Amino acid sequence: MQDFGEAVGMAVSLVASGDGDLIEIVLLSLRVSLTATALSCVVGLLLGAVLAVTRFRGRQAVIVAVNALMGLPPVVVGLLVYLHLSRAGPLGFLGLLYTPTAMIIAQTLLITPIVTALSRQVLEDLHSEYAEQFRSFCLSRGQIVRALLWDARYSLLTVALAGFGRAIAEVGAVIIVGGNIDHLTRVMTTAIALETSKGDLALALALGLVLMAIALAVNVVVQGVRLTAVRHAYA
Amino acid sequence: MRTRQTVLATAIALVALALPAHAKDGAILVQSTTSTANSGLYDYLLPMFQDKTGIRVNVVAVGTGQAIKNATNCDGDVLLVHAKPAEEAFVAEGGGVARTDLMYNDFVIVGPADDPAGVGGMTDVEAALDKIAGSGALFASRGDDSGTHKKERALWAEAGIDPTTASGGWYRETGSGMGATLNTGIGMGAYVMTDRATWISFANKQDYEIQVQGDEDLFNQYGVILVNPEKCPSVNAEGGQAFIDWLLSAEGQAAIADYRVAEQQLFFPNAPQ
Repeated sequence: MQDFGEAVGMAVSLVASGDGDLIEIVLLSLRVSLTATALSCVVGLLLGAVLAVTRFRGRQAVIVAVNALMGLPPVVVGLLVYLHLSRAGPLGFLGLLYTPTAMIIAQTLLITPIVTALSRQVLEDLHSEYAEQFRSFCLSRGQIVRALLWDARYSLLTVALAGFGRAIAEVGAVIIVGGNIDHLTRVMTTAIALETSKGDLALALALGLVLMAIALAVNVVVQGVRLTAVRHAYA
Repeated sequence: MRTRQTVLATAIALVALALPAHAKDGAILVQSTTSTANSGLYDYLLPMFQDKTGIRVNVVAVGTGQAIKNATNCDGDVLLVHAKPAEEAFVAEGGGVARTDLMYNDFVIVGPADDPAGVGGMTDVEAALDKIAGSGALFASRGDDSGTHKKERALWAEAGIDPTTASGGWYRETGSGMGATLNTGIGMGAYVMTDRATWISFANKQDYEIQVQGDEDLFNQYGVILVNPEKCPSVNAEGGQAFIDWLLSAEGQAAIADYRVAEQQLFFPNAPQ
């Protein structure tokens, strides 16, 4: 395990040196994964809420399908997006392959089922708890969805973090649709894969540690926001 | 309503973030084999070309098989790979304009220092493969239809051995890139065939050494091709051709010859003059 000690030292000095390339890669990772998380929340929270409050034929089947899609392999998502965005594919004219946009699309597709499935469960539990009040106030579906989303906001923040965690950690999709192009589409995970393939395991591990530190920082920020909001709410 | 404005502003911000940050600004995209990227050759060459022409070069480094496939789909302007028969087929099918020899190096077979198959120092690669197959020592193959994999299969065929009958036994097909296959092979003590450039610049050699080298059959030719703009209208033919012309020029060829890792020359230019 001498690599591990070396990696820790390297990670610290990488961060301390403020290496320009590293900062660029870190910022692109954050931009891609945070945007994908935000987009998947817009779609996923709405879908989750609709699934939670409506009753229709085949609803159980839809829920099972969405839950199963949480296990969508990143490499399959990458392939599907590649086939669509390739110049030979139906959306090739957009010229989006090997751009950060393609990576955002792939990660959004990857994590929307996670956000949908988890928020559906959270909101459905809350809904059954509030069902009687909603009925006594004669609220419309739209008002119910809005009330549920607002009341469950702290739990949904954790749902969003689960989606973000999946997005920032995956390599299979972004390496296919982004191409790991230096200064253009290289993110933390593809950089780690590259260094591993060069046999520079210590540097790869150091980058991995930096990536974990970033994920930690994002979670710390979110937790800080949550605590401040809770304090204000009960002040 | 304030929430509606917030929602609108958020939506606009998201779309702005998701859209491409900058237009393509005449950059070219090279679909490349991995050895030229992993060995650092592009990091050395591309800044020279960019300084001279102002054309930015983006490189997607994948196996030769995948690079050709991507170029067939018009996802690239220039193809730089090392599997001459497959490259010629790509041009013949109209995928590329013309193929030109660019540079060469050679393949080597690396193995653990204790050399369980006793092939150390051999210069006849077919005899060495025969010996490895007979000894029961492990051999890790790329198994990914890359240029190196195509070459390796051709060498087995010349040795009159079909190693795939032992797939999963002593013949281990990793189905991954050169670096990943080296990591895997070294992890399990298997012999691995690799191009010399990747090997010299590879950082996780452990106790591995070059065991077999010097056979003419281990010659490794790299070629460069402009993706056919008639078949693929999206191709930046002007920029791509400028890059190819520079690589083949005296200046580009000298730059290739100058590139060193660990004081060793990795690529030997041989463009037709």
